[in-house]
Amino acid sequence: MTVLTSLLDTSAEAYAHNRAAQLEVIAQLDEQLQLAVAGGGERYTQRHRERGKLTVRERLELLLDPDSPFLELSPLAAWGTEFTVGASVLTGIGAVSGVECVVIGHDPTVRGGAMNPYSLRKTLRALEIARINRLPVINLVESGGADLPTQADLFVPAGRIFHELTELSSLAIPTVALVFGNSTAGGAYVPGMCDYAVLVDQRAKVFLGGPPLVKMATGEESDDESLGGAEMHSRVSGLSDYFAADEQDAIRLGRRILSRINWHKLGPDPARDPVPPRYDPEEILGILPPDPKVPFDPREVLARTVDGSDFDEYKPLYGTSLVTGWASIHGYPVGVLANHRGVLFSEEAKKASEFILLANQTDTPLVFLQNTTGYMVGKDYEQGGIIKDGAKMINAVTNSRVPHLTINMASSFGAGNYGMSGRAYDPRLMFAWPGAKLAVMGAAQLAGVMSIVGRASAASQGRPFDEEGDAARTRAIEQQIEAESHAFYVTGKLYDDGVVDPRDTRTVLGLSLSAVHSQTVAGRRGFGVFRM
Amino acid sequence: MANRGEIAARVMRTAHDLGIGTVAVYSDPDADAPFVRLADEAVRLPGAAPSETYLRGDLVIAAARATGADAVHPGYGFLSENAGFARDCAAAGLTFVGPTPEAIASMGSKLEAKALMESAGVPVLPGATVGPKSDLGALAAEIGYPVLVKAAFGGGGRGMRVVHTPAELGAAVDGARREAASAFGDGTVFLERFVVDPRHVEVQILGDTHGEVVSLFERECSIQRRYQKIVEEAPSPAVDPALRAELGAAAVAAGKAIGYTGAGTVEFVMDQRGEFFFLEVNTRLQVEHPVTELVTGLDLVALQLRVAEGEPLPASVTRAALDGHAIEVRLYAEDVPAGFLPATGTLHRVRIPELPGVRVDSGVADGSVVGPHYDPMLAKVIAQGRTRAEAARTLARALQQAQLHGVTTNRDLLVAILREEEFLAGRTDTGYLTRHAELVSGKWCSGTTSHARALAAALAAQAADRASARVLGGLPSGWRNVGGLPQRRSYEGFDVSYAFRRDGFTASVNGEPLEVRVLAASATDVDLEVGGVRRHYAVHAVADTTFVDGPDGSVALVEVPRFADPDAVAHAGSLLAPMPGGVVRVLAAEGDAVTAGQPLVVLEAMKMEHTVTAPVDGTVAEVRVAQGDQVETRQVLAVVE
Repeated sequence: MTVLTSLLDTSAEAYAHNRAAQLEVIAQLDEQLQLAVAGGGERYTQRHRERGKLTVRERLELLLDPDSPFLELSPLAAWGTEFTVGASVLTGIGAVSGVECVVIGHDPTVRGGAMNPYSLRKTLRALEIARINRLPVINLVESGGADLPTQADLFVPAGRIFHELTELSSLAIPTVALVFGNSTAGGAYVPGMCDYAVLVDQRAKVFLGGPPLVKMATGEESDDESLGGAEMHSRVSGLSDYFAADEQDAIRLGRRILSRINWHKLGPDPARDPVPPRYDPEEILGILPPDPKVPFDPREVLARTVDGSDFDEYKPLYGTSLVTGWASIHGYPVGVLANHRGVLFSEEAKKASEFILLANQTDTPLVFLQNTTGYMVGKDYEQGGIIKDGAKMINAVTNSRVPHLTINMASSFGAGNYGMSGRAYDPRLMFAWPGAKLAVMGAAQLAGVMSIVGRASAASQGRPFDEEGDAARTRAIEQQIEAESHAFYVTGKLYDDGVVDPRDTRTVLGLSLSAVHSQTVAGRRGFGVFRM
Repeated sequence: MANRGEIAARVMRTAHDLGIGTVAVYSDPDADAPFVRLADEAVRLPGAAPSETYLRGDLVIAAARATGADAVHPGYGFLSENAGFARDCAAAGLTFVGPTPEAIASMGSKLEAKALMESAGVPVLPGATVGPKSDLGALAAEIGYPVLVKAAFGGGGRGMRVVHTPAELGAAVDGARREAASAFGDGTVFLERFVVDPRHVEVQILGDTHGEVVSLFERECSIQRRYQKIVEEAPSPAVDPALRAELGAAAVAAGKAIGYTGAGTVEFVMDQRGEFFFLEVNTRLQVEHPVTELVTGLDLVALQLRVAEGEPLPASVTRAALDGHAIEVRLYAEDVPAGFLPATGTLHRVRIPELPGVRVDSGVADGSVVGPHYDPMLAKVIAQGRTRAEAARTLARALQQAQLHGVTTNRDLLVAILREEEFLAGRTDTGYLTRHAELVSGKWCSGTTSHARALAAALAAQAADRASARVLGGLPSGWRNVGGLPQRRSYEGFDVSYAFRRDGFTASVNGEPLEVRVLAASATDVDLEVGGVRRHYAVHAVADTTFVDGPDGSVALVEVPRFADPDAVAHAGSLLAPMPGGVVRVLAAEGDAVTAGQPLVVLEAMKMEHTVTAPVDGTVAEVRVAQGDQVETRQVLAVVE
């Protein structure tokens, strides 16, 4: 045991100050999450209920194992866009009949559950998570189909949904569709492509073309039930495998299906009875300074995240701006890479590369805790080969085969985002804390760079430099970048899988680690560990 | 041991203590009963009905022969007062632990017994048979009012009338005659003194084969339901030393009159002034003998065996004295509010704490099946205290703390009686439960903490779920990163919802929020603080039933499944069996038009008939049972549409 000793003074003024600032940020997060929970709002929810239907969240709660946890993904999808926060679909990871699944549920209170470009990205990301982590998928279907005004951004990529569904099936990852309502036109392929389809009596409508379209196309008179009702599909077409008497019955049948898939996770089981951290995760809020420029010691976060606050640090005296080491979270062994003082130098890059290779040798999942401003710039560093060293780290991250879980704690700028297993490096799951920023560089730096470039351009062309205009432009750029770096904006674009309360970090990582262990956990083999 | 259940076990324990080996006989339903395991050897009596098993004296004697047993203890009930069996034992060379066949026979007929006692100087209820030419007024005057008019050859209360004044007498006798004639085929009626608010007082006697008969003081057993005692005590709160001496003398006289040997009981009915009259002699060990044992320090079974071996009564018996007070309650498997309907089922757990001064004579153990074949008494719980109040208090506490899971019992009624003012004041008579209908209806039961018990059940289920979860079991219970609805668990009558959240635990039951702190919650133990009071609940879940025992009461909660299986949902209009039993009669056929309340099926269980009636006007769509079928509780009998 190497137990971390916290130096955090919970009675210090800085602690109270940090905590107050974080609580404010978390309150903003909660406010936004409430929008996602509200879905289409009270009026549409009321109307939905009056039809005797359950909301998507009620369907979800009935579906999940009692008292089991659920990690909702991308709840702020479409944040800052014209579309409803949450993007009219609910996705997440939870246990159904003892099987960790990805659940994808349409929210019919938001424009009838119609799919917009963000709903599509959110759905595809959930399907991707299911595929790479080998998680069965349960679709809670009730969608009016495409949000037609956005069809130009939707129609072509939406085909990928059916591609993903059937690919999951080909990988022996079961897919289930519980159809509660509309599932028409393209939507009809969801039950069509799933391994199992359950249709609710008098509610499910699964057809390529509804009565008006059929009338237009062939002149045939028809009705919903004969074209796509549960009874018809269960008795005649055979599209429906299970006929559900009502919504509850459909969910019951879904749970029964999952209980019979003979599911075995491929990754190793966690250690039994892991001990909680010795320090209270609540105190993480007092560690985090509100100003991202002020660094903080990630060991204080680890002391409140890993089992027993037990952390064996690797190369503690080398490349000290990045903390690396071994620990376990909820019984799952992990290697941790956590930025300490923002900048990554050559030493940090080489240390990280070696550490990632070691984790691959021992099949140990990696957790990246980002708080980086990027790789160091400057003559000495360029001449010292910072590009080559940064490349080593990015190479190691890219070719690493153990699961990566990434959390942006405070900042993720520049190539540091890549080296620390950002979105483009396929972390199995990636989250951000609500105060975190993400961009190519800091807003002020970016605006300043633009200003310098503009000034140089004016000078080279020999024209006078408009100081006033530059100042206004610089301010505007800074504001724009600041806004685009915001965690809500980033998550709204689906560049991570959600913004989480820092105090939930241990739980989020524990649930994520359990989920990724549905898949084989094996590192890259072939070369030895390069000593750099 | 020609008996079963608690008395078989109780007798065998003493026998073993005295170095005597034991043989049990057992029916098929009793194959796994504790008394069978306790015995050194056991012999099966094939079948279930008493008439096929425990009443078969020939089989019992054969069992004794097969095992080399040299004596038969009959316990109470079954063959215990069967003079023919006692004679058969003697003929087979077996010692019958009890009085002589002659003594048994002489007490077998109530009329003969009464005459015999009257001649021995034992006070008997004045009475006379009404002949065709009797002077009714004179007869009644001699007997003394109030007078009870009843059928001479019948029972069950039919034809009985109480007459308070001479003016009512003629009509009452005529009426009784008519009813007796129609019910029993003989219109002869009998007049007897009617005792108002009687107490049931009985005296334990013990006789040896050397002519000695002693009294071991009285017991009072006035609190009865359906003519069966449920609370018994010694001494009687209504008997002072002088009256005790009178009762004892009368009982000894009765015993001597029939040359009594062994343990017996002389039963009296006593009025509120202390005047008592002979009822009958029970020529056997009584169910309630332990209260006498506790206040005298004697082991009556050991003494029975010593007498059977021909020993004279020891000084400990002849000089016995009373020490303190003892109360016994009979714990029955029955549904009290439903009219003491016998209950059946599997006792998943039986734990009755043997607090200091408490004795438990039990015939059941964890897993025992209580069937419809025999008396539904599960155990006797007896407490001794320095005073009556102390005994009542201890007994109530032991009962309240008992864990009785799986079968409905009369425990709540017993606790309520033991804590009821009139009982504690010693004002008990055979009308006690009629007067205290509120105890029977179950309305005394406080509902204030029932919500907390339901929550305890839900939290224990939650903990069990988490502990047995195949995945994610170590993560916080019901954790959500976004919103999240509370977890819900429903039990019949209770809809519980709860949520563990960062800012605390919230819960509500039937929509009412509960101000509660959860101090601990495991699958078996839940520690809750509700309204500032902390209580520990023991929780035991068996299939869909959760038993919760707390200091504020016990409850069995039936979980309502999250999803109704559409095939299992009873068809509207289905008639369900209210209890397990046999179908005696089917009164409707498919297609019959019926009206609401019309009897359709008659069930019998524990000699009680229960009629299932049509719930609505309609047509009988289905009849699923036939006469003679055995049905389980909630089985569909018929469907009315």
